Amino acid sequence: MHVQFANIVVFCVVGALFVILNVSVVSRILRPTVRDPEKYETYECGEPAIGSAWIRFDMRFYTIALVFVIFAVEVAFMYPWALVFKQLSAVGPFVFIEMVVFLLILAVGFIYAWAKGDLEWVRSIASQRGGPEGRSGSNPGNQTDSSERKNAA
Amino acid sequence: MPETTTGALIYQILELLPFLKELPEFLHIPMLMFVTGLIPVTVISLVGLVGVYMERKVSAFMQIRLGPMEYGPWGTLQTLADGIKLMGKEDIIPREADKPLFILAPIAAFVGVFLLFIAIPFDRDIIVVDLNVGIFYLAAVASIEVVGIIMAGWASNNKWSLLGAMREAAQVVAYEIPVGICLVTVVIVSGSFSMVDIVEEQKGLFLNWFIFRNPVMWVVFIAFIIASLAELKRAPFDLPEAESELVSGFHTEYSGMRFSIFFIAEYGAMFVASALIAILFLGGYYTGIPFLDNIDGILGILIRVGALFGKAFAFLFLQMWIRWTLPRIRLDQMFYLCYKVLVPFGFVAMIITAFWQMVLPGDGFMSLGWAPGLGK
Repeated sequence: MHVQFANIVVFCVVGALFVILNVSVVSRILRPTVRDPEKYETYECGEPAIGSAWIRFDMRFYTIALVFVIFAVEVAFMYPWALVFKQLSAVGPFVFIEMVVFLLILAVGFIYAWAKGDLEWVRSIASQRGGPEGRSGSNPGNQTDSSERKNAA
Repeated sequence: MPETTTGALIYQILELLPFLKELPEFLHIPMLMFVTGLIPVTVISLVGLVGVYMERKVSAFMQIRLGPMEYGPWGTLQTLADGIKLMGKEDIIPREADKPLFILAPIAAFVGVFLLFIAIPFDRDIIVVDLNVGIFYLAAVASIEVVGIIMAGWASNNKWSLLGAMREAAQVVAYEIPVGICLVTVVIVSGSFSMVDIVEEQKGLFLNWFIFRNPVMWVVFIAFIIASLAELKRAPFDLPEAESELVSGFHTEYSGMRFSIFFIAEYGAMFVASALIAILFLGGYYTGIPFLDNIDGILGILIRVGALFGKAFAFLFLQMWIRWTLPRIRLDQMFYLCYKVLVPFGFVAMIITAFWQMVLPGDGFMSLGWAPGLGK
């Protein structure tokens, strides 16, 4: 068993070596290096970059991450149940009923999140600003979203 | 050396390479594992080469073009030429970038995909390690690539890259739930996490394949295909690198070999996902025709490995077909599809599968007596 997982460690090393060998050894021998300050600029459609890209980001991505954490824990909980299901379901229906109860509780939370609109991408802005176009977002998440909506319209 | 704990492949290699036995005792296992590691390196590179060529040819034929024709017959050496060209390209790290992260990101992305190859069974014995937690391991390791991508997007200090990386993170995180549900459903039917056990469960006539096990398994199958497309950020879910709005997403600032490492990782992940669809639902390395599966020796190995590669490449073709047919979907549509379609359908299908498994244990439709005597 330990040897099996040692194998994974060795694979990590082999994979990393493959990248390092290609990028830092083989490619370094083959490639030219012509220094030019303009080459090392950040790409922003050919214009000088305005400000840093390291900014605060759209809140909604964090909502998605939170919903994920809840569901991921539920699914992780189901793996061991699924593994023993075949053996235990031969004994009686208890193992099945147990999961149905668990899923019903989960469904309550799911329906609540759905009804509250947390599963919707557009909602948070539309309800806050009174319409999809009536907002003045300055962070990139908002900008893409509004441009996407224009594209769709 | 404990004979039962490591993969059978290692011992086959030991037979083929006797000089390894002459090394000092403590170096045996590391050396062997290093040699086994070289096989997936070759597979992943070849899959990258063939996959890129296939993508270009498929897209060309779908648009009534010829595609690459210059190098080699029918342009077969085109990808190789491109690879050599990329090796000779200058390596540029932007001045504003976070240098250590920028360098680490391709390594993380590649290693994340590379580790997936450990648990893919190409035949009963041709698997690097048959982990007893195989499917769980795959689900866990599949998330590592995203870390590399977020690293790349953040380290570039480029607005396009950051947007692409954030979309990627949100998308992969969201679609991990349907993928997880599909995997749980498969585990309910197989009763094992081990990849070899899952395939062995499906031995025999093709009606034994998991997709035919119960009346809702095809829902899980389709949900898994859709969710894996999203996990792979393939069209129509290619929002993270939407060329027409985000330049090229998280790898906008990458050039030369670092860029191609991301590319190889992507095609490697595509292959793993296709192989996984075949393994989980369509009998893996078995052809579904009993007398072909029962052949022993080299011929049998070739048939089985060929069957898996055939199925995997069929799904690779499906991915390409979808990519060149469907337009890109919007961000809100993507989340709609995940949380309001795939997750509810997945849970319902899972419960029906569990119910079916409880009421009709055994081989699904086969146990109804449709095809007596054709089982294992």
